[in-house]
Amino acid sequence: MEKGVMRPGHVQLRVLDMPKALKHYVELLGLIEVDRDEQGRVYLKGWTEVDKFSVVLREADEAGMDFMAFKVRNDGTLSRLTEELAAFGCALEEIPAGELKGCGRRIRFVAPSGHCFELFADKEQTGKWGLSEVNPEAWPRGLQGMKATRFDHCLLYGDNLADTLRLFTEVLGFSLAEQVIDPAGNRVAQFLTCSMKAHDVAFIQHAEPGKFHHASFFLETWDDVLRAADLISMTNTSIDIGPTRHGLTHGKTIYFFDPSGNRNEVFCGGDYHYPDHPPVTWTADQLGKAIFYHDRELNERFLTVLT
Amino acid sequence: MNDIFEITEQFSGKRFQCQDGHSVLQAMERQGQRCLPVGCRNGGCGLCKVRVLQGEYRCGPMSSRHVPVAARAAGEVLACRVYPLSDLTIERLAPQGAAANQQQQ
Ligand code: FES
Ligand SMILES: [Fe+2]
Repeated sequence: MEKGVMRPGHVQLRVLDMPKALKHYVELLGLIEVDRDEQGRVYLKGWTEVDKFSVVLREADEAGMDFMAFKVRNDGTLSRLTEELAAFGCALEEIPAGELKGCGRRIRFVAPSGHCFELFADKEQTGKWGLSEVNPEAWPRGLQGMKATRFDHCLLYGDNLADTLRLFTEVLGFSLAEQVIDPAGNRVAQFLTCSMKAHDVAFIQHAEPGKFHHASFFLETWDDVLRAADLISMTNTSIDIGPTRHGLTHGKTIYFFDPSGNRNEVFCGGDYHYPDHPPVTWTADQLGKAIFYHDRELNERFLTVLT
Repeated sequence: MNDIFEITEQFSGKRFQCQDGHSVLQAMERQGQRCLPVGCRNGGCGLCKVRVLQGEYRCGPMSSRHVPVAARAAGEVLACRVYPLSDLTIERLAPQGAAANQQQQ
């Protein structure tokens, strides 16, 4: 966080059918609907999140991710990072305050991987859902489905990982927490953090730029991941793989698809990272184990199915 | 009225049955067949793309990136979003795309 980028702030996803998407994200994942706007976008959050929203759904005729945003410490930091992004050579766009309801001005840029990112400093803080700020209880009643606690990270597929790494580390102050190196010495996967988490955003090398692999939500325990798996079966939701454990980050996880084919993950546990830690390295010949620690086999669908 | 339709996949020569109201991909998976690649099952990833050569069907929502209007008119659709209204003859289309991207890494 040395450059003042604090955490993932929100992700805007495109969905083909809003009522079906809401059934999925609200009733199955357990996100809370907090607002809607004139464009028909719906704003959601996990119950532990203090800011007003972290997921925005937009109905469109194609699936995928519009953008992922990070919250920075304050407006001065935002101005400084804007200059540094411009110096790096990013094309920038300023989105005025209020374009997303309750969110201050946003600086939008396209990373060398082809993905659209945003920085912002201000968002309305509505507090943890269902808990009082003083003497809060352990958890609120009335949560649905998997009871996802927060939006945690995205994994994105795209080209030009090297310049993307430079942008995130040199300009935005992220650390490289984990990586996969191929026999020729190329980095084919990079897990980046601006916190103690093993990843706040991750990238995997892919010829086509700007592809979305998954948005991930945090659960507390392995038992919660197993319960999520039960709910996926009960609702006949399209499953990808799991419950299992990753080698990379060592998180305990399950993957499934939203009704528009966007992949979701819920997970718990995993490694932590301090800025002085060297990156954890996996070699590409062990990629199967790096991705799915128990199967130790490459899973075609996990590697190739993107939106 | 008959509510079980027969689907023939031309490339592999495989046949399977599809109940009224089930998607072609769902029916294939339920019968343990593998003649079409299974991705998101929800019309987003394009992996299950097929061309319908013969028969009547209706479609659920599909990502326009994989099925632009013109392609759709030419019978190119996503098997996970195709609901047969008669027996169908289809042909798989997509797999090389996804696999080829993977090879290029
Ligand atoms: S399996 Fe993804 S579009 Fe059909
Ligand atoms: Fe993840």
